[in-house]
Amino acid sequence: MSADAVVLETRGLCKSFGALEVASNIQFALQAGARHALIGPNGAGKTSFVNLLTGVLTPSAGTILLRGRDVTALDQARRARLGLARTFQINQLFRSLTVLENVVMAIAERERLGRSLFKPLGWRSAISEEAIELLQRVGLAEQGLRRVDALAYGQQRLLEVAIALAQRPKVLILDEPAAGLPSAESHRIAELVEQLDPELALLIIEHDMELVFRLANQITVLVSGAVFAAGTPDQIAADARVRAVYLGEAP
Amino acid sequence: MSEALHNYLRQRQRLRPVEALPWLLGLAVFWLFPDYLAFGAQVLIMILFALSLDLLLGYAGVVTLGHAAFFGAGAYAAGMASAHLGWHEPLSALVLAGFSAGVLGFLAGLVLMRYHGLTLLMLTLATAILLQELANVNAQITGGFDGLLGIAFAPLLGRFEYDLWGSTHYLYALAVLFVMFCLLRLLVYSPFGQSLLGIRENAKRMNAIGAPVYWRLVAVYTIAAAIAGVAGGLFAQVNAFVTLDVLGFHRSGAVLIMLVLGGAGRLYGAFWGVVLYMVLEDQLARLSPEFWEFGVGLVLVLIVLFGRGGVLGLLDRVRGVGR
Repeated sequence: MSADAVVLETRGLCKSFGALEVASNIQFALQAGARHALIGPNGAGKTSFVNLLTGVLTPSAGTILLRGRDVTALDQARRARLGLARTFQINQLFRSLTVLENVVMAIAERERLGRSLFKPLGWRSAISEEAIELLQRVGLAEQGLRRVDALAYGQQRLLEVAIALAQRPKVLILDEPAAGLPSAESHRIAELVEQLDPELALLIIEHDMELVFRLANQITVLVSGAVFAAGTPDQIAADARVRAVYLGEAP
Repeated sequence: MSEALHNYLRQRQRLRPVEALPWLLGLAVFWLFPDYLAFGAQVLIMILFALSLDLLLGYAGVVTLGHAAFFGAGAYAAGMASAHLGWHEPLSALVLAGFSAGVLGFLAGLVLMRYHGLTLLMLTLATAILLQELANVNAQITGGFDGLLGIAFAPLLGRFEYDLWGSTHYLYALAVLFVMFCLLRLLVYSPFGQSLLGIRENAKRMNAIGAPVYWRLVAVYTIAAAIAGVAGGLFAQVNAFVTLDVLGFHRSGAVLIMLVLGGAGRLYGAFWGVVLYMVLEDQLARLSPEFWEFGVGLVLVLIVLFGRGGVLGLLDRVRGVGR
């Protein structure tokens, strides 16, 4: 796959709940290797867009293409198996399991082991090794045997990302990965993102502009469910209309 | 550090010496309390039934108030095959009971597993009531309100006759329970079983990592129904009599209470809960034939108030304090 091949694309994507339009004719494309940020004021429809991309919501109109395949009608799990991973704005972890087991779960599903009924999961050493290696990479190995609900919030945010990485995705969507983190810990997330496979397509939704400008080489601004502006970070930073919407300045 | 992590995963499912205890006790009862074997067989059957619910509730987090539907389906399958078709071989009849209940569980699961929480609770309850009414209406084949008569089974393995004290039945039930338990224990540590924990903990995340949550739930519902069916089939064989109450709400409710009493989500909770509940019930009923339910109720209230996680949860905490 060449570096600029489109791996995730939406054409004329629309979604409304009654009179409320959360996605309005969104044209969007994400290339392999992209570091793309999605920004916009609160209520702009960013998370709804992610939910449409990942299959949590069904669009009212339009199509979604994942790695060249029309996935509009596929459910979330099938899209995940095609290489689309996401993290959640609000932690969605297996709270009473250990950190290690959380990561093992994602690897086992990626390897399609979930249908296997007898040989214990813990005896499959390739999976254990991969899980441990991943925890070391994200810096959670020391916490491996702790239950998730005993972890500090920042560590839980890291685990959110670690689970998505365990899926070895082609497309990764990070929904406000640094939400609620002090800057020292959001740096840790940023470092992790910077070490991602350069071939991976990344879409990151973030309110922290420092993080957005550090990580992204393309930015799309969403306002009221529609693409308001798109371009490089410099273009967006220079765009007076964006500043007006975002910062509430008079145009 | 990484060695510790490795060991944890490798040893999570290892057999601990203490796990021999229930089976040794089960055998000890056979020698020590020969007068109690008929009662003992009922306890063993109920443990198997509670284990099937544990897979569903404790592991997959599926709540149900109608699990007796599958116990009853197994009981009627084995009972009717014997009474009407002359199917007297006990082991194959158990397979039939499990299979019939499994098919029913699959069909019910296809609908039920689309729902959660209270809606699911009501729908499972309705399923069991529906089935009970179906058995009631079709009295010519089920025996209806009067019960199904004419159930008889050939000697076990063609050799062991059933005696008046229930010693063959007891050992038979113990052996079936042991085999089913071993299968269940393998199942819960398998990737499938672990994915059930994931669904219980966070179905949203399971979907996001690519697990077909709905189909996993249908699968576990089917398996749990089949195991409940085996318990029901065993019940029909041991009692040689099946009435509508095998499908009743009382049984669905009682098994849930027994499981919660022992501790859900850890297999051995079923052993503790069922034994405690049934022995208590038996002893209190002797002590005070009119008032025994008060005693059972009191123990339940105490467990709910002070014993989150049931008896096993309580033991964990006592050990934790002792450390």
